[in-house]
Amino acid sequence: MKPVERVLPTEEAADLIGLVREIADGELAPRVDDFEARAQFPREQFRLLGRAGLLGLPFDVEHGGGGQPYEVYLQVLEELAGRWLAVAEGVSVHSLACYPTAAFGTETQRKRHLPDMLGGELLGAYCLSEPQSGSDAASLTTRAEPDGDGYTVRGTKAWITHAGKADFYNVFCRTPEGISCLLLDAGTPGLQPQAPERTMGLRSSTVAQIVLDGAHVPADRLLGEPGGGFKIALNALDGGRLGIAACAVGLAQAALDYAVDYAKDRQQFGRSILEFQGVGFMLADMATQIAAARALYLSAARLRDAGRPHSAEAAKAKLFCTDTAMRVTTDAVQVLGGAGYVSDHPVERYMREAKVLQIFEGTNQIQRLVIARSL
Amino acid sequence: MKIVVLVKQVPDSGADRNLRSDDNTVDRASASNVINEMDEYAIEEALRLQEAHGGEVVILTVGPDRATESIRKALSMGPDSAVHVVDDALHGSCAVATSKVLAAAIAQQGADLVICGAESTDGRVQVLPHMIAERLGIAALTGARKLTVDGTSLTIERQTDEGYEVVTASTPALVSVWDTINDPRYPSFKGIMAAKKKPLQTLSLGDLGIAAGEVGFDGATSTVVEHSKRPPRQAGNKIDAGDDGGSKLVEYLASEKFV
Ligand SMILES: Cc1cc2nc3c(=O)[nH]c(=O)nc-3n(C[C@H](O)[C@H](O)[C@H](O)COP(=O)(O)OP(=O)(O)OC[C@H]3O[C@@H](n4cnc5c(N)ncnc54)[C@H](O)[C@@H]3O)c2cc1C
Repeated sequence: MKPVERVLPTEEAADLIGLVREIADGELAPRVDDFEARAQFPREQFRLLGRAGLLGLPFDVEHGGGGQPYEVYLQVLEELAGRWLAVAEGVSVHSLACYPTAAFGTETQRKRHLPDMLGGELLGAYCLSEPQSGSDAASLTTRAEPDGDGYTVRGTKAWITHAGKADFYNVFCRTPEGISCLLLDAGTPGLQPQAPERTMGLRSSTVAQIVLDGAHVPADRLLGEPGGGFKIALNALDGGRLGIAACAVGLAQAALDYAVDYAKDRQQFGRSILEFQGVGFMLADMATQIAAARALYLSAARLRDAGRPHSAEAAKAKLFCTDTAMRVTTDAVQVLGGAGYVSDHPVERYMREAKVLQIFEGTNQIQRLVIARSL
Repeated sequence: MKIVVLVKQVPDSGADRNLRSDDNTVDRASASNVINEMDEYAIEEALRLQEAHGGEVVILTVGPDRATESIRKALSMGPDSAVHVVDDALHGSCAVATSKVLAAAIAQQGADLVICGAESTDGRVQVLPHMIAERLGIAALTGARKLTVDGTSLTIERQTDEGYEVVTASTPALVSVWDTINDPRYPSFKGIMAAKKKPLQTLSLGDLGIAAGEVGFDGATSTVVEHSKRPPRQAGNKIDAGDDGGSKLVEYLASEKFV
């Protein structure tokens, strides 16, 4: 399969995509099946991406980031997702976890934390959801009681990507002023990652509850205003949703590429099944939807890069790209027939993985809610 | 310590490779060109020595204009600067002539240590390291799978079919390496950016005091007179897993002296 033809804004972006393809083909693609089968978290692979400078791409060079616009960063995620969705999603979640410090931290906080966060050795987690507070995130009940020189945090966070693997956690919790955002180190006493969930797909990405049992957080770990946390959470999700949209397109593209190769090879009734219009048209629709999805997330990204409001556009991209991924991966299984249902081929995994993209960072119903409100 | 690493641009050995029909030289224009694989190990070894002992790492390439891409790629891994010898008269050079050019460029640079790959995937003659060392009058520690440096003393484990030999020499010297010696790093995004600004010196044959007639087709000690495509692969022997498949397989393996 030919690589996706990309129009990139700079020569440096083209070089970056080249590097990402080289690493993704050399280090990620050969390992994904094994790690998914064993539900093994690829910590070493994240370090490798970190050393290559891929864990801080959309952040300022001044603080150790790659200084890349979203238009470029998202295409990097798309390339990674085509080889290993859990890794691409992990990079996206890491960015989500760096964002509150980068966008809302004081100069002191940024100087102190960002170089390490973006330097490649550390991995972040973003703790918003709770067992009783998912779509209705503002109903969260985790409490941070002022205790003199900071806060004591109590509560349970649910479905936290990188739980137990991350080095730092953004925790959204209730202070007397309202919802606030705290930055916790993994080693904080009282921060207790629970047993990993057993998931339908994306198994190499660890997801678990985080119990906060009287964790003490110093006052200088409050990000943004006390009570300003919900705004931070929503702002962070604008970028996160674009990340998921790009991941979805990468996954869908991988499914299409695999299905096309298979359809060319597979002979029935004396010819390749690609020659049957029923199959050819299905593949044509998949290709068209992917192209539209890519164009949509890129147009939202360009709004963001231009500093324009883009919440509704990010929601549209997340909705359309992930629905596309679900449809395309389901159809890819159909194109492979019985082979598609067997784990010797990756398309059944793609289909299982696509499902979660419609759920996290705001379900696709919630995206419609955001879009409808913007009309 | 100043380390010069020899880097050659070659056609990607994973893709279709051809000789030109007009002059029987390697077709570089239509190929997808990459850094000779073994040279990446040479670069990595040089960078590790630099990290441990300090000093400077310089990339040296003899090749056409477009070899610049490979030089930038090499620089993105971390070396400090590069020298590119490019001259139309070089086209058609044999290994002996190429070694003259490389040796002259190394002598001009001055190096405590020259590191190169043990072979290139296009020519595969494996003689260049020896020729260069001979011309420079320095020790050739070839075919290394391990290299240790202690002051001015160098020790390698030279890989052989049976195991390895320990060979030592003192600087200045040349070391050629196999792909068993290390695990080359990927460039980083910052490395790619930095590579664009690193010094790249371009030299002609004249800059090295070599006359055009000493190299290229005119100076070649050997020329390829004819070439043809490898015949297509013959259909193999297919042994069915059925009843006597096992014994047939053993018979075949025995007849080919595999067992
Ligand atoms: C693999 C995985 C990783 C995750 N990683 C993280 C993470 O790192 N950090 C984090 O904070 N969270 C994470 N989550 C949680 C995720 O964001 C939530 O699961 C998601 O927001 C939905 O919340 P919920 O599961 O409570 O569903 P619910 O809110 O209970 O929703 C159930 C159903 O009701 C629908 N629904 C709810 N409200 C409305 C409405 N108003 N209108 C229409 N329909 C509605 C939903 O769309 C859904 O179909 C992760 C989840 C998974 C599965």
